[in-house]
Amino acid sequence: MKIVHSWLRDLAALPDDTEAISFALSDIGLAVEGVEKVGTTVAGVITARVIKTQRHPDAAKVHRVFLDNGDGTEHHVWCGAFNMQAGDIIPWATPGTTMPDGRLIETKPIVGIPSEGMCCSARELGLGDDHEGILIMDPATPLGIPYGQALGFAEEIVYDIDVLRNRPDAYGHIGVARDLAARFKVPFIQSVPTLDVTGDSRSAPVEIVAGDRCARFTTIIISGIHITQSPDWMVSRLAAAGMRSINNVVDVSNYVMLETNQPNHAYDFETLGGGGFKIRLAAEGEKITTLDGVERSLTADDLLICDATNRPIGIAGIMGGQNTEISPQTTVVALETAWFEPVAVMQSVARMNLRSEASARNERGMDPFGIDTSIARFVELLRVTCPDLVVHQGMVDERSESIPPTKVIAVRPPRVSALLGSTFTVEQIRALIEPIGFSCETSKDSLTVTVPSWRPDCTLEIDIVEEVARHFGYDNLGKTVPKSTQPGGLSVIQHRRRRLHEILLGLGFNEAMPHPFLTDGDLSNAGLPDVAVRLVNPLVVGDDVLRTSLRPGLLKAIAFNESHRRTGVSFYEIGHVYPTSSDILPDESEALGVVIAGSDAPQAVAVWRELATGMGWGARLDQSQVPSGLHPTRSATLSAGKDVVGAVGEIHPDVLDAYNITQRVAVLELNLSRLLAIEPKVAQWKPTSRYPSSDIDLAFTVPTSVTAEKIEKALRQTAGALLVDLTLFDVYRGKDASDSRSLAFRLRLQAHDRTLTDADVAAVREKCIAGAAKLGAQLR
Amino acid sequence: MIVDINAARAAAEQSIANASTIDELRQLDTELLGKKSPLALLKNGLGKLPTVDEKKEAGQALNEAMSAVEFTLAQRRALLGRAERNVQLSAEALDLTEHFAAPGRGKSHIVTQAWQRLEDVFVGLGFQVAEGPEVETDWYNFEALNMPPSHPARSMHDTFYVDHGQPGSTVLRTHTSPVQIRVMQNVAPPIYMIMPGRVFRNETTDATHLAVFHQIEGLVIDRGITLADLAGTIEAFTQAFFGAGFTSRLRPSYFPFTEPSAEFDIRTPKGDWLELGGCGMVHPNVLRAGGLDPEEWSGFAFGFGIDRMAKERHGVGDVREMYTNDIRFIEQF
Repeated sequence: MKIVHSWLRDLAALPDDTEAISFALSDIGLAVEGVEKVGTTVAGVITARVIKTQRHPDAAKVHRVFLDNGDGTEHHVWCGAFNMQAGDIIPWATPGTTMPDGRLIETKPIVGIPSEGMCCSARELGLGDDHEGILIMDPATPLGIPYGQALGFAEEIVYDIDVLRNRPDAYGHIGVARDLAARFKVPFIQSVPTLDVTGDSRSAPVEIVAGDRCARFTTIIISGIHITQSPDWMVSRLAAAGMRSINNVVDVSNYVMLETNQPNHAYDFETLGGGGFKIRLAAEGEKITTLDGVERSLTADDLLICDATNRPIGIAGIMGGQNTEISPQTTVVALETAWFEPVAVMQSVARMNLRSEASARNERGMDPFGIDTSIARFVELLRVTCPDLVVHQGMVDERSESIPPTKVIAVRPPRVSALLGSTFTVEQIRALIEPIGFSCETSKDSLTVTVPSWRPDCTLEIDIVEEVARHFGYDNLGKTVPKSTQPGGLSVIQHRRRRLHEILLGLGFNEAMPHPFLTDGDLSNAGLPDVAVRLVNPLVVGDDVLRTSLRPGLLKAIAFNESHRRTGVSFYEIGHVYPTSSDILPDESEALGVVIAGSDAPQAVAVWRELATGMGWGARLDQSQVPSGLHPTRSATLSAGKDVVGAVGEIHPDVLDAYNITQRVAVLELNLSRLLAIEPKVAQWKPTSRYPSSDIDLAFTVPTSVTAEKIEKALRQTAGALLVDLTLFDVYRGKDASDSRSLAFRLRLQAHDRTLTDADVAAVREKCIAGAAKLGAQLR
Repeated sequence: MIVDINAARAAAEQSIANASTIDELRQLDTELLGKKSPLALLKNGLGKLPTVDEKKEAGQALNEAMSAVEFTLAQRRALLGRAERNVQLSAEALDLTEHFAAPGRGKSHIVTQAWQRLEDVFVGLGFQVAEGPEVETDWYNFEALNMPPSHPARSMHDTFYVDHGQPGSTVLRTHTSPVQIRVMQNVAPPIYMIMPGRVFRNETTDATHLAVFHQIEGLVIDRGITLADLAGTIEAFTQAFFGAGFTSRLRPSYFPFTEPSAEFDIRTPKGDWLELGGCGMVHPNVLRAGGLDPEEWSGFAFGFGIDRMAKERHGVGDVREMYTNDIRFIEQF
């Protein structure tokens, strides 16, 4: 919202100090996003009269213009625009002028004849988009004066304010000025002109059909109007506030809105069918061409303003129709000022994606009782250009029951004090909020506050607490630190998650953060069921799948890096997945994914073992259940009890193909929601022996059907208490497919009470060989 | 006898001096001090000496001689050992700048790093950490936070709707604030909690905006909590996290779930102000939605972006870079 400095100072006795006002605005919650100077004129551009124009046989695209700037000399300028004639007054950029676009105007010759400067269009002077021709000024303009002075341009300072949802009143200069006046403790001056009604009775009757959507609709007839230009000061202020001048009637309408915040609409009364209004909901699919020339199709939830013949002439609170627009022939207008239900306006705006200055205000909730002042102000301002205008008796003020009631709030000073941390008395509260329009009835220890009709946001005591804080100043409330009576800290699960991060990082894995949305096909390409929760309104069409697995994102990360000549990368991710569920929410859980490009399944198993030891987890490796999307002969599920808690192995080659990955990828996936909840077993001390240890190496030929794990288990059992360490140190598979392979184990034996004899070691060795043989393992 | 002893000693010392390797010395050890060494043989002859005095004198000389030989051997051994070690050391010389890529530690994502640093600072200020689901019901994300259906403030949130349950009933949380309600429902006050997490906004991404990003939310609920407590907590955090030279300021603002509401800005030691996040006193309607009586309990909440902390700390020019999973990005931190 653009708020003009000089305008504010018309309404409140504020200091002429931009910095102070800017700071105060932010300090009362009207954040200033920028302060800019507008209406600055281009130095060196002065007014001049065209003496004559002349074509030159050698210059087809330009003509010669002879100018008089009142100094008695004839100046010659080449010009490419032909819209001026002798006698016109135009802005002349004299040599040495720097134009707003940075161009330096110099004396330059064309066909050998020098051009002293340039004739300017409106656009070249930064005055709008009109570059059709040179700007022709009022014939009465004095010569040789700065063009800005001639046009009545005042330099204006404009604050760009971020108006928050709870402050509809701050869309108008009056609202901002009122707040600032209270902050600076200076008088707030709102002129309340009296409406001089002198004409005979002429009415535009109103029928409100949709009373729940329109609480008040007033019309008043003003005749004796002629359409002309607005005074320069008004054009200048409107421009500063970001609005283009159209004509005197439309400009006054906009000016009143920017000042009082009340949107209004002036209809050409002659074009108003039946001479009246009807406010009703649109029929589904009903059409109207709005002022911007666009034909719009409506729904049964949009509110229409129609004339008395039921013809739509405007979308209520948003934009008028083209058919009743003010034209140069207009002499009588029907001025409409109304109050529309804000939420419905907001919904229509969103539905149609049609925004206007009026809708921005109406959708936030206007002051239903600010209408009368705005009508009087409208007439007062229009009288400046139409001194003969007549306001007719017979104003219509149609109201429905949905007019917002006046709100009265009980305020308890102890409550205010308790929430703000400073003591506020009844009188202090009154002194802070009365200047911004909250009238207070006070008793010894409480206030009854009547909320001004322009503050629809205030409905509760807490809203008043905020007003008190705002005008007391947040900075003045001090800073204290509450004493927490609980110890700070991470939960056990959060501690375990941190430990998991540390272990994974220590193992050399980089942490990735892929996007949680997947594209159609990502899941099936990863060999996973294509069953997922989807977004209703994705940002990118197709990116609407909520991931059920971290795998697709991690595979994309590997593929991306491989395509950038980085093979062999390894990533982990700890993140949420969102499988479908019939419950209120999807079956969201936390997962871990580890992918190791260029490595095979045993590497993933080794990682699992390391995590299991480090985190105190246990799970069964079950190669008979191949997780979907993983390599069928190199993968396993990890199960704890009856539940699957993860998968380990290698990505299926088909999946690698689908993701354009040419390396093997080892993978580990874990359900952290389950695993992090496990209370880890705390490792218990095992005494170490002081006696020497002895090693036995045993290499077996083991049938493929027998797992290494089984042999290990058998060796452990048979070796008994003397076994302190057992490692698989070699696996050998013949080149040809075979139904067996060789597994070599090293067993370390040690006793706690003696040095082992050769006989002890030999006995264990024999038992182990026999134990393994029962599983079909032959000593090599 | 004495003459023989002295001669044997001199001969022994000479051969020790002549030895040039540790191995030779090891051999000499046996030759010069062993059972068949000249000195040992002389010792065997002691008994044949006629007088006690002679025996005594020769015995003493022999002991001295053997000690001397032992000492000389040890000295020589040490000398040669040092020389040999020196040869070994110079032979083992390496240029330590000839380094190969070695297995390195993995790199934590910079958002996780920022996240954990924030958690640690708040833990130090007495906070615990709560978590909640990323897919939320409309009730937790909006309604319980004083944004009933059609509340104008909902339009400030560009919401991703999820096709689950009744149309419009499920969303990707647009902020971490729904966790406030879950905490209030599950934890009896006093509550001193932070709630970091992933949030979602359906808006076009650019160098400073992401559709998927991370926020951290703080919630304090206790008896007698004031707006001044909020300002003081923000100040304490600012100094703990950014450094002692930083200060903070609250500016009035508007959020449906807090009142009074504020933006909080921090001031760098150089005097620049940075907008950091939003905060305010928990709205009575929100306390009620969380099952708490606003007449008994009061509290404040605050929230801000985690990604921006990472971006600013590491000078990342474009936030989207943080989520490419490009190893060349990740490896830098």
